[in-house]
Amino acid sequence: MKLSKFSLLLALGILLSIFMVACSSGDDGGSTSSDSGSDSGGETAEGSEDVKQVLNLLESDTIPTMDVSMATDELAFIYLGNTMEGLYRLDKDSKMVPGIAKDHTVSEDGLTWTFNLREDAKWSNGAPVTAHDFVYAWQRAVDPATGSEYGPYMMGGVIKNATAVNLGEVPVEELGVKADGDYTLVVTLEKPTPYFESLTAFGTYFPLNEKFVEEQGDNYATSSETLLSNGPFTMENWKSTSTSWTLAKNPEYWDAETVKLEEITFDVVKDAQTRVDLYEKGEADRATISSDLVDKYASHEDFTITPEASLFYLKLNQTKSEALANVNIRKAISMAINKQAMVDEVLNDGSVVSNGFVPTDFSFHPETNEDFREINGDLVTYDVEKAQELWKKGLEEIGKEKVELGFLGSDKTQSKITNEFLANQLESNLPGLEITLQQVPFEQRLELDTSENYDIQYAGWGPDFLDPYTWLNLWLTDGGNNHMGYSNEKYDELVQSTVNELALEPVKRYEAFLEAEKILAEDAAVAPLYQSARAQLISPKIQGVVKNVMGATYDYKWASVAATE
Amino acid sequence: MTRYILKRIMYMAITLFLIATISFFLMKLLPGSPLNAENKLSEEQAAVVLEKYGLNDPVPIQYLNYIGGLVQGDLGISFAFSNTPVTDIIMDRIGPSLQIGFQAMLVGTLLGILLGLIASVFHNGFLDYGSTVLAVLGTSIPSFVFAGLLQWAFAVKLGWFPVALWEGFEYSILPTISLLIFPMATAARFTRTEMLEVLGSDFILTARAKGVTETGIIFKHGLRNALIPLVTVIGPMAVSLMTGTLVIEQIFAIPGLGEQFVASVMVNDYPTIMGTTLLFAFLFVVIILVVDLLYGIIDPRIRITGGEL
Repeated sequence: MKLSKFSLLLALGILLSIFMVACSSGDDGGSTSSDSGSDSGGETAEGSEDVKQVLNLLESDTIPTMDVSMATDELAFIYLGNTMEGLYRLDKDSKMVPGIAKDHTVSEDGLTWTFNLREDAKWSNGAPVTAHDFVYAWQRAVDPATGSEYGPYMMGGVIKNATAVNLGEVPVEELGVKADGDYTLVVTLEKPTPYFESLTAFGTYFPLNEKFVEEQGDNYATSSETLLSNGPFTMENWKSTSTSWTLAKNPEYWDAETVKLEEITFDVVKDAQTRVDLYEKGEADRATISSDLVDKYASHEDFTITPEASLFYLKLNQTKSEALANVNIRKAISMAINKQAMVDEVLNDGSVVSNGFVPTDFSFHPETNEDFREINGDLVTYDVEKAQELWKKGLEEIGKEKVELGFLGSDKTQSKITNEFLANQLESNLPGLEITLQQVPFEQRLELDTSENYDIQYAGWGPDFLDPYTWLNLWLTDGGNNHMGYSNEKYDELVQSTVNELALEPVKRYEAFLEAEKILAEDAAVAPLYQSARAQLISPKIQGVVKNVMGATYDYKWASVAATE
Repeated sequence: MTRYILKRIMYMAITLFLIATISFFLMKLLPGSPLNAENKLSEEQAAVVLEKYGLNDPVPIQYLNYIGGLVQGDLGISFAFSNTPVTDIIMDRIGPSLQIGFQAMLVGTLLGILLGLIASVFHNGFLDYGSTVLAVLGTSIPSFVFAGLLQWAFAVKLGWFPVALWEGFEYSILPTISLLIFPMATAARFTRTEMLEVLGSDFILTARAKGVTETGIIFKHGLRNALIPLVTVIGPMAVSLMTGTLVIEQIFAIPGLGEQFVASVMVNDYPTIMGTTLLFAFLFVVIILVVDLLYGIIDPRIRITGGEL
């Protein structure tokens, strides 16, 4: 009897062990793929002085999708931008350079764009990249059956009939994109769109090989095996849930000669200290540093601040609160925050103060090439005295001595510190103001934003294309991101004119943007805070990585590994 | 015995069904939707996406569809990872969590029992105080503190182990040590207390009087009796260890289930949240059954079939 019970215990133990072995065998598979990545990295690129052209990089999260029609986030666009290529791509100076298109012509009315495609471009399975691939991909992106978020967003109002197709009013064949033979793509726009060229470098506008995509069905772009590349790299050892993957040089890429890197391995590491530890041990060639670690590593010889084009600001909801409907109160709030102290002491990651609504180093005057920010200067600056004066005036106008406002922000650790800093600044600098913090997850914040159920909201935005319109259309009456009841007829007129009558007059158009931005400041529609930056440790051996302000944040096409000794 | 196990399996199925039902409806009560993150989605597009995931159907229909799929082993498609079945996500992520959890549980418990034994045998002596201090430290200091220290000392400074990532057995050592401190301390505390109580019992006196050796008393009579309450605590602890510990997985960049579960909650990925919840529940009821079976094995006086003694 005793024996049988101990046998049962033994059997249970064995069963559990078998289960464990079965489970861990899956891990081995994962490790093999990662190891094999390192092994093949032994090859060297031609003419690179025998330096292994392999980089080991870290990533902040998994890639949710590699489907160009379904991609919505920064990570997806980075890997799409490196494994695929659109008509054009951005170079290191954020200038458009030919991709699959050799060149293009634009009709006099700005509505018809004819792209001449190169004939040597191939997919990674050897099939040629043709104009039909663009037609298929763009139609798929706006087809309501696809359920794409960015397709209708990026193409609606730009490509002829994109919105109508998406609403199901006209068939997809009516979309303004046609193949004239295999290597000529003719695009008809809804209205002249000066920034259209930059859109062609964005992931949503990339081509798709119809035969391959249809063959894969629902499995398309869920793993390396169900993906095709026409760009500098192919995606290897990846599936939707992977926490490690590899970009390998694509030998079929038309410009493969330019690509020096043989391989880039990526591992998802979410903990900032671990990222730095891996960097210090030489297991990673780049590590993003969180604000709390910046002081510790600021003196490190590889410490680098990379500026970004994302703006952060306070949205002031004018529909819910009587106080925020008052322009003087809004202006007071805009001027009561010590933004320099915020970027220096709270964010501490190289972010810079923003005193306008279009970031610096983003858009340049078509004639003088002067930076947008330099031309319009500091429109909203920190000035406590002026803020208190306006605050007092505003309170008198609404007949109140005290105001209670809710402050909606993210519940992430770093955001919480920033939320508290901002709330404290407002309460201390504006007597009679009482702030109630409401810190919620991102999804809930978006819901409260859409339903306009907040007073003040700490939010941010990254650009979708290279044009001030990507920023200034946000605050049009009933604009997609407005959600705060802001409306100014003159502002609407000016911004709308840039996509209508001024669309083909670059200088006047630019001046309209400059004028519109001043109106935003005058109305204190939103309170600009800062332009973000990324603090990193970057190995000096990494050369030529292009940091884009839109689309694929990092482009490795021109990157290489240099000898460090 | 077989009848008992079959009966228990039936109860397990009912429990899981109830958990699935309750968590399904709780999920429906949660604020927000998986589309909230998609602030650029037009109403028409949102409708297409909702249709695709069956979220346009009335809730009772969605429930029936879900349970129907569940019976066939289909946990649905993730909202966050496009077109990826939840089963795939779980299978991809469960391995590392189970491995580290199992290792931590096994080594931690064995070390804990050893520590507890030593403490009880050398009661009120230096070894007793030493193991008590260890137990108190182990239960009061969070595992991520150990994790950070171990990583800094043994990976960064000494270079004996990898800093992080998941590429082989050696990558599991530091996370396992970080995790095993708590079960070790718990096992040590329980074993010590129970052993002291058992060793003071009348039947031990009788055994000693009958000339049973000290080793026999400690292992055959003492430890066996002291293990019962330990098994009760260790069972549920095993589930929490083996289903992934978010912080440890994050610090060591381990692609585990705990980390995935939290990520799913953050983006309202209902099918993945449901799938992982059900997996946790399944492991839990299985462990409870195993614990109940172990009772009978450790102490024959506990009859799993009930009735006659």
